[in-house]
Amino acid sequence: MSLDSLNIDDLAENFSLFDDWEDRYRYIIDLGRKMPPLPDADKVQANKVEGCMSQVWLTHAVEAGAAEPRLFFFADSDAHIVKGLLAVLLILFSGKTAQQILAIDADAELARLELDQHISPNRRNGVTSVVRTIRALAAQSVEAAAS
Amino acid sequence: MNAPVAAPLLNHRPFDVEAVRRDFPILSRTVHGKPLAYLDSGASAQKPQMVLDAVMRAYSEEYANVHRGAYWLSERATANYESVRGKIRARLNAADEREIVLTHGATEAFNLIAQTYGRTALQPGDEIIISALEHHSNIVPWHMLRDEKGLVLKIAPIHDDGSFDMAGFEALLTDRTRLVSVAHVSNVLGTVLPVAEITAKAHAAGAVVVIDGCQGVVHRPVDVQAIGCDFYVFAPHKLYAPTGIGVLYGRLDMLERMPPWMGGGDMISSVTYEKSEWAAVPAKFEAGTPPIVSAIGLAAALDYLAQFDAGEIHAHEEAMLAYAMERLADIDGLTVHGTAPGKSGIISFSMAYAHPHDIATVLDRQGVCVRAGHHCAQPLMERLGVPATARASFGMYTNTADIDALVKALRSVQTLFG
Repeated sequence: MSLDSLNIDDLAENFSLFDDWEDRYRYIIDLGRKMPPLPDADKVQANKVEGCMSQVWLTHAVEAGAAEPRLFFFADSDAHIVKGLLAVLLILFSGKTAQQILAIDADAELARLELDQHISPNRRNGVTSVVRTIRALAAQSVEAAAS
Repeated sequence: MNAPVAAPLLNHRPFDVEAVRRDFPILSRTVHGKPLAYLDSGASAQKPQMVLDAVMRAYSEEYANVHRGAYWLSERATANYESVRGKIRARLNAADEREIVLTHGATEAFNLIAQTYGRTALQPGDEIIISALEHHSNIVPWHMLRDEKGLVLKIAPIHDDGSFDMAGFEALLTDRTRLVSVAHVSNVLGTVLPVAEITAKAHAAGAVVVIDGCQGVVHRPVDVQAIGCDFYVFAPHKLYAPTGIGVLYGRLDMLERMPPWMGGGDMISSVTYEKSEWAAVPAKFEAGTPPIVSAIGLAAALDYLAQFDAGEIHAHEEAMLAYAMERLADIDGLTVHGTAPGKSGIISFSMAYAHPHDIATVLDRQGVCVRAGHHCAQPLMERLGVPATARASFGMYTNTADIDALVKALRSVQTLFG
């Protein structure tokens, strides 16, 4: 199973099979391990996303030459569970156009996976900030195209 | 320093941890279907029923603003509020009730010292010494003061086991040292600093001494006169009292010389359009409506603690620490940060195969509350060479079942990540 072949519906289906938290965490950790790590050169302050308990880095690339370019995101963390949650976010957001990204109701999708408790704003684990940053980058991309 | 501060009480209540636990209603709840094992008292302690009752009674029966009304209810509220000062004086063995300033938090108390004593008494080129294990609240106010006044901030080193490096500290003292501010007990490592010795050496160099007692007052009997410090700060919410209130002990002659900081009601003796005259100490430092009900809750927390012999609480916490250290030693790949002799009930640790954030997340599912992160002590994390740690911190109600739950949960961390 590679991350590229998974979409959020697959995840929701897989999550529904787990009846205890341990299996769920094991699966999240596994998703994180399958996500390609960021090169050390990208793990710099400029790519850091605000968080308190662990470190999170996010980079992105915009597809060249397309009328409606897709945005690709890359992320990493020094904590396994956070890294797994980042993998979920990349499955949700990466490889989509800015308009598609802005149309995603992240809260609802994560609630569907019962991951909302990890993403709520009062958990200062960086994951909330990643969603906010991805949305801001998508909004910038839309503005750039309009100007 | 080991003698209990409070005089022996006639109605002394023997310390029995299971009976104590029944006094803290939250401890009987479950989290994620598991019994709560609350091991984050270093961040904030739980509250006994006596405190909850006092808070409820203050609002439901005797509430009004203080220092204002000429009516019975306000006088009752004022008496209840002011009663806390004497209890704090006793807890710290301060010489005089007027030495107890009530702030809105310990952080505010540090800023008060920096912005009043620091701004008026320190000159460009003067030196401040803090230690390498301080909480951000005992770092940032000095950074701000340094930058404003052109001061020099020096960091007293620690040894690898987390103990205070006295020789390293002494080497930093010069004739420009004006202020030394150190923790009594480290919030990350549990190290107990030799504050009386530090104070004596700082005074000999002509410096004023501030002690961060936020963890110290919880884990140690405190005698500010024996320590000899000029200021002692603590956060009552870590001492089983409500949030929103802080305590600043300051030697009377110091407080009297210091200018006020925040201006407003309750801190003046007279105001005309032209000028204000300050009220006497401590009111001079207590502008605005104070945290009335939190102070009443703190009075109840101090009454609760005063039932016990402080030495018995201390002995219980030492026994829990010894038990925890022994059990944690059995877990492969677990490193405890801070093993100074005589340390108190705060254990920071990391695991080879899991980030502290992972550890705290997995522990949470099993009802075990620990903190993960830099514990508002980023420079110390740098000194330890770790980005973060997990931390289990004890209170008077911590029992072996809490520690067993921690160890069991840590084994599941091993299974998941190892």
